[in-house]
Amino acid sequence: MNDTARAAILARLRAAPRSPAPAYPRPGTPAWAPPVHGSERLARFTALLEAAHAEVYQASATDWPARLAELLEQKAVARLLYAPTTPAGRQLAQAWGEATDGRPRLIAYDRPVEAMKETLVSGVEAALTGTLGGIAHTGSLVLWPTPDEPRLMSLLPPLHIALVEETAIADSLSALIASQHWAKAMPTNALLISGPSKTADIEQTLAYGVHGPKALIVLVIRP
Amino acid sequence: MNAPLPQDTAATAPLAFTGKARVALNDPRLRANFRRAMDGLMSKRAAQFADADEWRTLRARGAEARARALAKLPDLLERLERRCAENAITVHWAETTGQANAIVLDLLTAAGAKTVIKGKSMVSEEMHLNAHLAAHGITAIESDLGEYIIQLAGEAPSHIVMPCIHKNKAEIAALFAEHIPGQPYTENVDDLTGAARNALRGAFAAADAGISGVNFAVAETGTLVLIENEGNGRLSTTLPPLHIAVTGIEKVLEFLDDVPPLLSLLPRSATGQPITTYVNMISGPRRPGEKDGPQAVHLVLLDNGRSRVYDDPQLRDTLRCIRCAACLNHCPVYTRVGGHSYSFTYPGPIGKILSPQLEGLDCAGDQPHASSLCGACAEVCPVEIPIPDLLVRLRGEAISPTSRAVKGGGSARSLGDRLGRRLSTAILGQPRLYGLISRLAGRIGDRLPSWLPGLNRWTRVRSKPAFARRSLHALARERGYADE
Ligand code: SF4
Repeated sequence: MNDTARAAILARLRAAPRSPAPAYPRPGTPAWAPPVHGSERLARFTALLEAAHAEVYQASATDWPARLAELLEQKAVARLLYAPTTPAGRQLAQAWGEATDGRPRLIAYDRPVEAMKETLVSGVEAALTGTLGGIAHTGSLVLWPTPDEPRLMSLLPPLHIALVEETAIADSLSALIASQHWAKAMPTNALLISGPSKTADIEQTLAYGVHGPKALIVLVIRP
Repeated sequence: MNAPLPQDTAATAPLAFTGKARVALNDPRLRANFRRAMDGLMSKRAAQFADADEWRTLRARGAEARARALAKLPDLLERLERRCAENAITVHWAETTGQANAIVLDLLTAAGAKTVIKGKSMVSEEMHLNAHLAAHGITAIESDLGEYIIQLAGEAPSHIVMPCIHKNKAEIAALFAEHIPGQPYTENVDDLTGAARNALRGAFAAADAGISGVNFAVAETGTLVLIENEGNGRLSTTLPPLHIAVTGIEKVLEFLDDVPPLLSLLPRSATGQPITTYVNMISGPRRPGEKDGPQAVHLVLLDNGRSRVYDDPQLRDTLRCIRCAACLNHCPVYTRVGGHSYSFTYPGPIGKILSPQLEGLDCAGDQPHASSLCGACAEVCPVEIPIPDLLVRLRGEAISPTSRAVKGGGSARSLGDRLGRRLSTAILGQPRLYGLISRLAGRIGDRLPSWLPGLNRWTRVRSKPAFARRSLHALARERGYADE
């Protein structure tokens, strides 16, 4: 319908005087390179997330479900949304299956959103997701939602709990884009999350949970 | 509880800047609201860029990424369109805001949409999209807390990052008590935020479509990057079955690798945060097997005068802008008069160079004069836009007899301007006449009454300058410089 608009816009842009494009990357100085944090990675990642009002804990590959159970009990979570077909989801279900204490009921995100809207919008207190990794420079979680672990898990419930492998914490977003070749195949939705939902729209006063999670718990899985 | 029905944003009729600014300057509440906010934003930004080397190198990289994208703009737009198509994002082109509105309306009508939830988008403000949709029976609800507040108040944003920065707690408390059913008056910020969350939750779940802006559109991968703190942008683009993004044609980046430096510059310049809470990179609608995400994603590329801006190699730099608002926060004019004094969608220094180019100098020609040319804007701009140079250029275009570079060029040429110019050319062209007049000014200048026409435009708000007894020419001659 708007082929004419397209043609007209492009024709005007092409008729404009061309200036030479700066080279990529720009030779000479000053040269910007993404920061490298090396052995400080975990400390920086943790400090920045905590400064952004997230809670960060450490656990091992085997004891995290127990650690999670403690945290959920403290937070009085009755229903936990989880992804049943991910490795973490299976491990959680297994751990919960054997337990007899008052752990929250597991609610599987196993159908399309249209069939689960009610539950997602107001039927769970928390959700557990994995991550692709973390970014030390900004204290960010990297999520690539998948069919097994959909997008809304990290967004709708009031509490989001994320598992991060310590070995998957990178220096910077640039480092991740390069080392994992993101440009070759982006997922439908890639996300960086750096704390719980917040706003400062009312007199620059910080308030949490305006639309997304009010709280974010990060469990760093140590190797 | 559903969100209350929003009112249309009142379209403000363009009024001369000086008149509006005078009203704003006499409003102590407004001035206090801005002073507090701007001082905070300035010191937070300064803390983020405490390392001068880092600022210098990062900024050079950011400016380079934007300049390179603009140099290749037509090619990159085509590449973006191709990559988006491969990702199943449909791209639409609009020459005018009218066309863009029509495209959005058609998409919504075809989907049978009645209510729309919106993330924050300055381009949709530029389009007056909400009013257009309302006129066709479609309700658009703003979900960014600041936008929601001003929508309740029937106002337009006064800042490009913090739209309701001109309002204090008490004003917001009163608005909520009036418009949100069952909401008592409270100035507790957590309670107010909670009330907005409750009011908007239902709206998100019920919306037929979500509309958002775009911070960066990556040509290499066909990715739309949206940054925000609240999660409303993610909700608007994830929960409803249809997502429509609107953006200016200039927001393109060549590579995904251009995102990190700009992502580091934008939130730090804007609010002094190292990064926003959410960085949302959308590369397509829900794929087979995925359980959520919209079924369809559309991208509307709006020109609205941008290709004309692009046509001039100097003015083209305007299009580098990443809308961080640092120039607003540091502008001695903006911080005193606030955003509504500017009458146009984009206030502050970026607005002073963008509005006259988009709207025409005949309509927005007073904007480039709303500046002291102090240079604070250029100093903080993370992509090195030489704003003061462009202000001067636009002032010149407004009175140039032959200007075609800017819409409405030459429109400010008055008889007085023309005569004044002729007179000064005549005087400056004749050294003896010039010498005579400057000697005369040294003698009697201080005795001239300040109400004299010509002088009174200056003296109305300033004290009269003291005239030098002897001219620079005379002094230089005494010291032995040759006078040519
Ligand atoms: S002109 Fe520069 S400082 Fe102003 S909003 Fe744009 S990028 Fe930011």
